[in-house]
Amino acid sequence: MQYHEVCFFARGGQGAVVAARLLVHAVSLEGLWGQAFPLFGGERRGAPVYSFARISDKPVRVRSQIREPDALIVFDRALLSALTFKVKKGGFVLANSPSKPSVESADRVYWVDATAIAKRNGLVVAGWPVVNTAMLGALTKVWSLVSLSSLKRSILDAWTGKLGEVNAKAAEEAYNEVMTGE
Amino acid sequence: MPRVVLSGNEAVAVGVKLSRVNVVAAYPITPQTTIVEKIADYVEQGELKARFINVESEHSAMAACIGAAAGGARCFTATSSQGLLYMGEMVYWAGGARLPIVMAVVNRALAPPWSIWCDHNDALSLRDAGWIQMWAESVQEVLDMMVLAYKVAENERVLLPVMVNLDGFLLSHAYEPVEVPTQETVDLFLPEKRPAPYWIDVVDPKSYGTIASPDTYMEFRFKLQAAMDEAARVIEEVDAEWSRMTGRSYGGLLELYKCEDAEVGLVVVGSWAGDAKEAIDRLREKGVRAGVIRLRVTRPFPSRSLASVAESMDAVAVVDRSLSPGLPSVLLSEVRNALYDNGKKPYVKGFIAGLGGRDVTPLDFEAAVESTLKAKEDGGSRVEWLGLKGGRDVC
Repeated sequence: MQYHEVCFFARGGQGAVVAARLLVHAVSLEGLWGQAFPLFGGERRGAPVYSFARISDKPVRVRSQIREPDALIVFDRALLSALTFKVKKGGFVLANSPSKPSVESADRVYWVDATAIAKRNGLVVAGWPVVNTAMLGALTKVWSLVSLSSLKRSILDAWTGKLGEVNAKAAEEAYNEVMTGE
Repeated sequence: MPRVVLSGNEAVAVGVKLSRVNVVAAYPITPQTTIVEKIADYVEQGELKARFINVESEHSAMAACIGAAAGGARCFTATSSQGLLYMGEMVYWAGGARLPIVMAVVNRALAPPWSIWCDHNDALSLRDAGWIQMWAESVQEVLDMMVLAYKVAENERVLLPVMVNLDGFLLSHAYEPVEVPTQETVDLFLPEKRPAPYWIDVVDPKSYGTIASPDTYMEFRFKLQAAMDEAARVIEEVDAEWSRMTGRSYGGLLELYKCEDAEVGLVVVGSWAGDAKEAIDRLREKGVRAGVIRLRVTRPFPSRSLASVAESMDAVAVVDRSLSPGLPSVLLSEVRNALYDNGKKPYVKGFIAGLGGRDVTPLDFEAAVESTLKAKEDGGSRVEWLGLKGGRDVC
């Protein structure tokens, strides 16, 4: 049985809640099951926020909190010092960062400059670069569970017209630019 | 059928649209708000031909639904927590007046202290209001339950309002792949609402809301109880019909998971049933023959079916997401009551857990089952608070 847990760690406004939903939509296009949910609390623009996804080849029935994800996706590298989660053994961290971030709690660390990608594609809302689709694009490169094409389809289903196109483009650019350190 | 990814709240809105509801009146409250936002959007876009009434309070929302339902309209509202309590007077009115309104309650703890997170005390505080109370486990079940709720409510043998309960955030804000039935399927299943003989008709005027003297009031209440008894049968029939049309059956009043040979049962309500099932699988790996009894409906309370399932079990653990201070558990008392008259009854232990949204994991459910089996052997406490800081037994 396939079963994976993902944690998105971001700041309010960066699109982490939508990211979890887009990921679940993308895996469901590939015939898998999933569940996306936010951790609600004092969420405000700029404050640290979590969202989560579970992915399985069977309908997901567990709804309690995720404590040790397989994949931890950090939308702002300044948050790396505030991590309250450890990834599972064999798991990885994917961070939004222009250079290799220092992460002690994971064996594998990937990084991509999603802020630059968001800015160059005009994905800026109220002065905040929205990096969610770029981070997901990078994820599809380092994780075989979901393909870039399903992710793009998921993005285009979520936003029609130009907005969908630029988000899909940001995802593809991040797919090409993600650094694996190898 | 292709699946779409919906949140629990979106599934409620889709259910309302597919049910071709005529009148929606609601007031916002977290975590319910996105339901009526989505419905307002459907009405604005012309996807749902309904009258959307903006009201100044939950009390008025239910009052508007009562008026519209008395005039023969199919009505919907949604609320949570404090909003439901504020609505309370009108909730009893809808039940007593036998108006088949459907209301989604996105379960949230009651203040003080303030909490926006899930527990079941809001809906259970209105368990005697004459409403059918249904509880969903998954987003798919939320959607299906909405359509089924109207079918049950409007059945001429029932004519009672239905509360569809979904756990705040755990279901309301969780996104899952869902099969959305076609409009044709729902139209076949749920035809246009037929007028009941007592609905307001301007060409046949009657007087409504008059006083019932002591020599008539009890008969109204007796009929309400009889309708509840009938609803138990209708819910089973409607579940079977839905299963024939969509392939999805939920078991009517109870959903049973691995109960056939179970020596110990875990009784739960709501979305954490999935975590409970996970716990049962782990217990079975350890050689404990355990199963989950999920109550999908708590009014009418499925006393008979519950007693018949529990008859062959040695012990039952009831994990309740509500507190009745001084009792202390609503669900525990109701389960014990259902089992009391049966010849063979299992040992029952109750657990208070998950209040105000505290996380409850499969490990906690495993511990509850093990603690129940141990208490049965050594006569330990009959009520325990799960995950309480300090882990103190209370009785």
